[in-house]
Amino acid sequence: MTALAFTADHVAHGRRQRRNTCRRVIGCAVVALAAAFALTLTLGQSFTPPQVVLDVLLGKDVPGASFTIGQLRLPRAVLAILAGLSFGLSGAAFQIMLRNPLASPDIIGISFGASAAAVFAIVFLSASGAVVSLLAVTGGLAVAVAIYGLSSRNGVAGTRFILVGIGVAAMLESFISYTLSQAPSWNLQEAMRWLTGSVNGAQLQQALPLSAALVGFGGLLLSQARNLEALRLGDDMAAGLGVNVARTRLLVIMGAVGVLAVATAVTGPIAFVAFLSGPIAARLVGSEGSLLMPSALVGAILVLGGDYVGQFLLPTRYPVGVVTGALGAPYLIYLIVRVNRTGRSL
Amino acid sequence: MSDLQPRRLAAIPALRFHRPSRVFWLAIMLAALAVLTVLSVAVGTRDVAWHDVFPALAGHVESIEQAAVAVRIPRTLLAVLAGAALAVSGTVMQGVTRNPLAEPGILGVNMGASLAIAIGVAWFGIASTQAFIWTAIAGAWGTAIFVYAIGSLGRGGATPLKLALAGTATNVAFVSLVLAVLLTRNDVAGGMRSWQVGGVGGATNDRTAAILPFLAAGFVVSLLSARKLNSLALGDDVAAGLGERVARTRVVASFGAILLCGATTAACGPIAFVGLVVPHLCRSLFGSDYRWLVPIGAVAGASLLLVADVVGRVVARPSELDVGIVTAFLGAPFFVWIVRRQRIREL
Repeated sequence: MTALAFTADHVAHGRRQRRNTCRRVIGCAVVALAAAFALTLTLGQSFTPPQVVLDVLLGKDVPGASFTIGQLRLPRAVLAILAGLSFGLSGAAFQIMLRNPLASPDIIGISFGASAAAVFAIVFLSASGAVVSLLAVTGGLAVAVAIYGLSSRNGVAGTRFILVGIGVAAMLESFISYTLSQAPSWNLQEAMRWLTGSVNGAQLQQALPLSAALVGFGGLLLSQARNLEALRLGDDMAAGLGVNVARTRLLVIMGAVGVLAVATAVTGPIAFVAFLSGPIAARLVGSEGSLLMPSALVGAILVLGGDYVGQFLLPTRYPVGVVTGALGAPYLIYLIVRVNRTGRSL
Repeated sequence: MSDLQPRRLAAIPALRFHRPSRVFWLAIMLAALAVLTVLSVAVGTRDVAWHDVFPALAGHVESIEQAAVAVRIPRTLLAVLAGAALAVSGTVMQGVTRNPLAEPGILGVNMGASLAIAIGVAWFGIASTQAFIWTAIAGAWGTAIFVYAIGSLGRGGATPLKLALAGTATNVAFVSLVLAVLLTRNDVAGGMRSWQVGGVGGATNDRTAAILPFLAAGFVVSLLSARKLNSLALGDDVAAGLGERVARTRVVASFGAILLCGATTAACGPIAFVGLVVPHLCRSLFGSDYRWLVPIGAVAGASLLLVADVVGRVVARPSELDVGIVTAFLGAPFFVWIVRRQRIREL
């Protein structure tokens, strides 16, 4: 009897402790993100005193600094954060749902769907702005639905979903490179955006659709966080716990594809952010609580930091996607090795 | 022992029945390849009348039409060789890994070759065709070992899922590394871009001649490994029991496969899915005897790449689709079809 009470106490204590760790990690991530944001605003090609930055943010007109900060640094930093949040959120959602850290949307073709639609709209329909975002969302959703449909056969198996996604990704990738080669004035910078993602030439009004998508689709995702946690135990176990597996899956796919596609339409598929955020967050947080929020924050830090490194710390200016891609590659390999060896999921 | 076995098998009527049908299909495929070769020379963005085709093939270049045909000859030659090489490479890789999804494109081997070439061009200034080929083969070889090693860690060895994921992830990583390398060198980026898509459009007889020895060596190694691949298909334990040195067979056979796909990538850029589609189609027609699959796969692969090249020239007139794009669009649905089948069978 006492032994049982002790065990229950012990479990409750451990759970509380892990939940506290989770909160602490989220707090630290928010602080780190704020610090990085402040750094990118004050220190770029030249140093701007924090007081001046504050003045500009509050709407004062400071000669010189108003342009550097208001037109260049601020839009860039804001877009990087919003895109990072989106990628981190959707990546973790897919990884948890499919119970495989390698099954992030940028590897199984969903990012390519959004990217292909955007490139098609820009090159062949000479579209811009909201039309491109809309088409990218449609493209991403269509590809997700197609993969879902093609992989359903007596229910959707995670394995088949991933493999079908790989096939679709290969096709879309070659479509993107073909479309880019048809562009009348092909320029490498523009192509880079659609191949690896970048926040060059960011404008503040682009943040509007991104934040709207984050609130709408991201909210949908977070509302499913509990059910998603249950899916981690396996479909049968989740169903036994009273989760409607098919519905949860559909809602999660919708939410994750929504945030991902809007972000992709603005910044291009920033390489590996969706893929990296989840595992890094899982490392930091441990097993208790939902991974979605920590992963979104990690994604934002990755994009903001990657963009800063690409702009100022390397001999050549690289777009953020190349930096995250190059950083991501070794981690990816480490992850494959670890996952394959232990047979564990996220 | 080894020459007893076929005789005993031949005594069983049901097994002997396949023989004439194999020869029959092989004859049909050779005929189809011949027709396609002529078509590939005759059909393109510019229409050429038949009375111009044959003089041009004989070496006359007197009209614009005949000149167009003359340009198509090296291209056709390269398409035939590249198609055959990629198909055989895929066949052997599927045999070595006993994995239905193994293919130089999916496994990232072709992208490994292009990363090596990108690095070589941008940092070491390689320019000669020979250097291109060796660099590509080295890159392909390294990538193949790497992907297979990380794909086969852990429980169950190299399952189709693990291998495909390891390959795709490596592919994604290499794409961004290639871009990172090229971005510092705007001067070489333009030339690399067209090469990255994978095509036979810029073929010259010199370049084809340069890869010929590598392809020949690869074909010979693959053909010689065919019988051993048959033993491997029975499983490692049985193969070892039959006296096969399993590890050595794997190394030798995959070396042949990598010679083929590395040299092809050096000449044409990364072309995906030929090595996936052809072995599966051939297996459904001819059974899974690698002694037949390798030569038949070569013929079928050459035909497939010719078809893809001609289709690419015709659908997007007046411009052209690179053959790599056409094969991706033909091959990806096929890949999905394989995955959708009830269970992913190991070979």
